Amino acid sequence: MVSHAGVDQETFAKFRNWRINRAEYAKQWKQRTGGKVVGYFCTYAPEELMYAAGILPVRILGSHEVQDVTEPHIFAMFCPFCRDCLAQGLKGRFDYLDGIMIAQSCLHIRQAFTSWQKHIPVDYSYYLPMPHHVQSQHAAPFLTKELEVFKASLEKWLGRKIGDQAINDAIDVYNRNRQLLWRVYETRQAAAPPLTGEEALEMVLASQMVDKQDHSAALETVLARLPARPATRPTGTRLMILGSEDDDLEFIHMVESCGATFVIDDHCTGTRYFWNEVAPDGSPLARIAERYVKRVPCPTKDWPERTRVRHALALAKAYNVQGAIVMQQKFCDPHEIDTPALTQALRQAGLKTLFLEFDVTVPIGQFKVRVEAFLEMLHEDDLF
Amino acid sequence: MPNTATYKTAPLKCWSKAKELRLKYYEDYAQAHERGGLRWAGGAWSFSAIPAGLGRDVWSLTSEPYSASIAFNKPLSLRCLEAAEKAGFARDLCAYMRNYWGSVLLNEYAFGGPFPKPDFLWQDHICCTHAKWYQVVSDLEGGIPHFCIDVAVGPYQDVAPHKIDYLVNQMHDGIAWLEKTTGRRYSDELLIEAVKNEFRSTSTWAEICAYNKNVPAPLEEKSMYSLYVLGTLHKHDREVADFYEELRDEVRERVARGIAAIPNERCRLMSDTQPPWGFLNIFRYMEEFGAISIGSLYTFGLIGIWEDKPDGSWGPRTTPMQKGIEINSRDQALRLYADWTLSKPEWQHFYSPHLKTEMMLRIAREWRLNGILLHYNRGCEGLSVGIAENRLGLIEAGFPVMAFEGNMGDEREFDEARVKARFDAFMETLGFKKDGKSGPRSTGDRHA
Repeated sequence: MVSHAGVDQETFAKFRNWRINRAEYAKQWKQRTGGKVVGYFCTYAPEELMYAAGILPVRILGSHEVQDVTEPHIFAMFCPFCRDCLAQGLKGRFDYLDGIMIAQSCLHIRQAFTSWQKHIPVDYSYYLPMPHHVQSQHAAPFLTKELEVFKASLEKWLGRKIGDQAINDAIDVYNRNRQLLWRVYETRQAAAPPLTGEEALEMVLASQMVDKQDHSAALETVLARLPARPATRPTGTRLMILGSEDDDLEFIHMVESCGATFVIDDHCTGTRYFWNEVAPDGSPLARIAERYVKRVPCPTKDWPERTRVRHALALAKAYNVQGAIVMQQKFCDPHEIDTPALTQALRQAGLKTLFLEFDVTVPIGQFKVRVEAFLEMLHEDDLF
Repeated sequence: MPNTATYKTAPLKCWSKAKELRLKYYEDYAQAHERGGLRWAGGAWSFSAIPAGLGRDVWSLTSEPYSASIAFNKPLSLRCLEAAEKAGFARDLCAYMRNYWGSVLLNEYAFGGPFPKPDFLWQDHICCTHAKWYQVVSDLEGGIPHFCIDVAVGPYQDVAPHKIDYLVNQMHDGIAWLEKTTGRRYSDELLIEAVKNEFRSTSTWAEICAYNKNVPAPLEEKSMYSLYVLGTLHKHDREVADFYEELRDEVRERVARGIAAIPNERCRLMSDTQPPWGFLNIFRYMEEFGAISIGSLYTFGLIGIWEDKPDGSWGPRTTPMQKGIEINSRDQALRLYADWTLSKPEWQHFYSPHLKTEMMLRIAREWRLNGILLHYNRGCEGLSVGIAENRLGLIEAGFPVMAFEGNMGDEREFDEARVKARFDAFMETLGFKKDGKSGPRSTGDRHA
């Protein structure tokens, strides 16, 4: 575990502990509730529906360790993240899962799911054909039907019906958590943000691993404490981080130890996970479908228009960003295709960018040299 | 040198016609504007019968076979790849896509002259790359109108009315978009004609491939590439459907007369994914061992449409016309078209490698194979997805497998000597030795 100088241990310790002890948390949750735990592979998973069924949905993430167990299962030209996720299963680190599911996203991560299906015993697995053409008027009706099929499958597995009231309640639980996360994020617009990017990442990661009601209670505490939180470090350069899946806390910590603070992100372990709420009107499954179709998209679903670029620029403006670090998971095709257009748009908006390609481990020393140079460059104008 | 020829061989009578049709396709596209017609570009899997409703003077450029043609021309390919990299695109992206983008960036058409800019883009999306490919093309060409249909609704074994509806609704939107974009009135009559042609061509191609169950095989894969390509260019075209029926009749006759693709067939193999297009000579190298690649799920199922036959075997899917179905309306044509295309074998593995393994095992058994070559193709994530699980599944079922890494469209990632050395070792483990001669070519001559 890395050191966390500049991080208020008391306020954010709970999130970090949940992340580190996620297996223990899930096992205790099962004992406490009698429910089942399902691992999901992409943030397009409709967690509300699973939660309504008495399931704790937890995101399967990697460990950022070098491993040699996935080579027979996934061709090495696919992204290190999907291989890292599968490695966790093959090493038995998710032995508490009762089931797995994936909502169709990129080709890479679905291989972790299909290999898991075959080689790691679980009671239940489900592949949800989440539509790609989310800009089509027909995507949400199609997804609504697919959610009906998924619901029937869950009911068959669990041996009980999932009522509309339970789904509506689950939507409320998830919406509340999204609103609280958004409120914490909003505080980062301040000239001196009361939390670091590392703390924000810990917070969002934990939300993908624990019961949303527990997480929301912790967020309420955070929101109560933040206004009085003493500034323990200078903000420095205000940065944005965006790109492929990236939950590398060590990297975030390194950058923030170089005189900078991440004030906003466009990541599926950040804003893309919680930014959009389920709307209040309509049938529960149609509302859920609408939310996942209209959320800030992963680039694999962002076509024909590139809506994510517009969203990223709006975030950069709202959070008064001075520079952007574009993180590229090696071999992540959808992001690789978007990167030239995205960086061009950021530069045209007056934001300098630093592009870094990372693997399952991050070369901290090399990246630090480049990050320091980038930060120096951002402040060249200040010299004159 | 020992004479190991066992079977009679003969060139394909319709070989030159296949070549002419292919060249005509690329010329028609380039000259479309001179004839007052329209040009569109999109993937080989796109619903090409739909733009056919705009008129008989509408020509297409399908991206994958066009990019394979670039890859075959190594000097041009290298310049295209480097142009894409210079524009900021990662080297590990789809090699077809990079070749294509490079051709646009360099403004060079692989068949001569400047790159002919399409009037609109018509694509489908099942691979992460598909829609994104043309998003970039639109950017590079200054904003060409782009329509794309999402077909990723799950495997055909789970097909359901709402999945068909999703595709058909997008198709209807697409037709409205085509009318608006081109200013032309849409003809349902031409659509129905094109859809029927596509049913005919894709079913007939499967029938042709099924004849390769025969020992000796009447076709070998290197030559099949020059034949199946027509289905990737314009599968909805009457000339292609007619050509495949002519080819089918000739292949049937070859089987009846015992005409083999290679004279020394002793070892029957199949490959997987696209070959390294700049190194097709590896297929001729295989023949030195009496080894023939009878095809692959890729060659059979990229355009071929198959079904389970009553005797349990795999064969061409019965067309709606063969079932006596009259197609009378746009919506009916589109529904049949969606259902037909969703059963495409090469779409099933996008949801599970285990479905692909089952199909490969089926080929291995019905086509009586000695072994399988898996091209771990760095150039195509769509067809390489799950390939490592395919390897495990095939080995588990008892089939010898040789895996080799390469790239269909980036020669910098293919080590010919190393692949040949691996093949030598594979042949040794299977008990086959070189003849010392490769014998006369039967089904074709040197081709792209």
